[in-house]
Amino acid sequence: MIAERHVNLALVLGLIVVPSWALAADEPFTITLATRAVILALAAVGLNIALGIGGLVSLGHAAFFGIGGYVMGILAYHAQTFTPLDLGAFSIAGTKAMPVIWLAAIVLSAFVAAVIGALSLRTSGVYFIMITLAFGQMFYYFAVSWRSYGGADGMSIYVRNSFPGLDTLVPIQFFALCLVLLGLVLYLNARLVRSRFGLALDAARQVPLRVRTVGLDPLRLKLAAFVLSGAVTGLAGALYADLNRFVSPAMFSWQFSGEIMVLVILGGTGRLFGPVLGAVVFVALEHFLGGLTDFWQIYLGIILLLIVLFARGGIIGLLCGKRGLHD
Amino acid sequence: MSLLAVSALTASYGVSQALFGVDLELDEGEVLAVMGRNGMGKTTTVKAICRMIRSQGRLQFDGHDLHALPSFRVARLGIGLVPEGRRCFGNLTVAENLIATARPGPWDMRRVAYLFPRLDERRNQRAASLSGGEQQMLAIGRALMTNPRLLILDEATEGLAPIIRQEIRAAIARLKSETAMAILVIDKSLTDLRRVADRAVILERGKTVWSGRMSALTRQISQRFVGV
Repeated sequence: MIAERHVNLALVLGLIVVPSWALAADEPFTITLATRAVILALAAVGLNIALGIGGLVSLGHAAFFGIGGYVMGILAYHAQTFTPLDLGAFSIAGTKAMPVIWLAAIVLSAFVAAVIGALSLRTSGVYFIMITLAFGQMFYYFAVSWRSYGGADGMSIYVRNSFPGLDTLVPIQFFALCLVLLGLVLYLNARLVRSRFGLALDAARQVPLRVRTVGLDPLRLKLAAFVLSGAVTGLAGALYADLNRFVSPAMFSWQFSGEIMVLVILGGTGRLFGPVLGAVVFVALEHFLGGLTDFWQIYLGIILLLIVLFARGGIIGLLCGKRGLHD
Repeated sequence: MSLLAVSALTASYGVSQALFGVDLELDEGEVLAVMGRNGMGKTTTVKAICRMIRSQGRLQFDGHDLHALPSFRVARLGIGLVPEGRRCFGNLTVAENLIATARPGPWDMRRVAYLFPRLDERRNQRAASLSGGEQQMLAIGRALMTNPRLLILDEATEGLAPIIRQEIRAAIARLKSETAMAILVIDKSLTDLRRVADRAVILERGKTVWSGRMSALTRQISQRFVGV
């Protein structure tokens, strides 16, 4: 067995070395692929907070991803058309500033996660899965019919949003920005897992009835985890929209919720770097197998099946043995 | 006014009624033994006090009606439970089990380690990998970390090796002598209960049938209701 920290270190080095090599070899597409992997990893790290630590099998996380994407799309659209964004009682100007967009994406995703969580966390098991799925689909159909912002066709943003001191149109600079954000979220995630809140959440996942007798409310713990999880996934959505300079209802689709879950399971549920490894492997398979055959997802399906059957801890579990996030 | 006042307490598991009228009172700094044969409602009474099951009747702690509170608020009021079967958080280490449940008050990791030095030696070990006795110590430590005013010990020495039972008994005796904590204890060993408890109540078929000072519990009464 390999020590988990060695696998994590190899992943971090890979995420630095491969794009650096691509920059030197003038392969901007590889950098874009790496950026996609990093952003998907961020979305999966978000889901991992709910799924891995809280044990919440959410099939509606695309809602937060889509909200992040649409926050970016709507704010950037109003900025590029110089029209105010009418919010009923008042109107605000659009913006192309990434930090403002990120903040708005995080706050709105967290708010929606709080509402969805407050309603759905009263259920558990298959009912929780179905309720989160239903909320995700609700947002999907809303986006499809929202003609002001492209409806089913989605909406293009002509120029990538800006970040002070960087030229975000240069692939390596945008990649570095996304990687720093991923690193920051992973650091906060590691701190969270070791905090009293993280430990109590882990305990609530294991023995929900028992934590009540030591004064902890499992519902509140899970709601807080769901909100944090939604906020991180929302941030990833804003970055993903910026990467593609395009938002569409597909960001809200249940297929995408499933895709994020695949990333977490593939890498290792509840492992700090599991979602990162899952995203890297997924994007690599998508690229290399996708180049060989249009039916590459069949092979992904087979790999996923093998992982679920024989490596319950995902690829990291297979490499490092069974252990949890707080190791 | 008693710290814990229970009267005419009834409770059911679905259609099956388990408690038919439990009465007990417990003051600050007092140790109360709840006795009775198997299946007479001792653990059910504890579950009702901790609001883990629905119940009716009078259930007051420090003037608060416990029936109006969810179980986690009951624990925050100051009722710490050491449940039957330990139920530690197996995936967490000893230290993490204690940190996760900590609430402000005099009981902290250092004091728990002083009470159970064995736990301190195993602080980075997963709870699931501890021996039964160590898990029991952890369950007591975890309840103490919530800084309770009332500690409930449900069969705390059940199924443990004699040497570990002795260690846990000594810890309970120290809690009694060194703190003002009220303790409600359920145990099969009458000898142990006689050593530690000030008063006792005996339950039979979900009802209090005897209560009084431990010194007044004659052999005749204990043989009739407890069988020893």
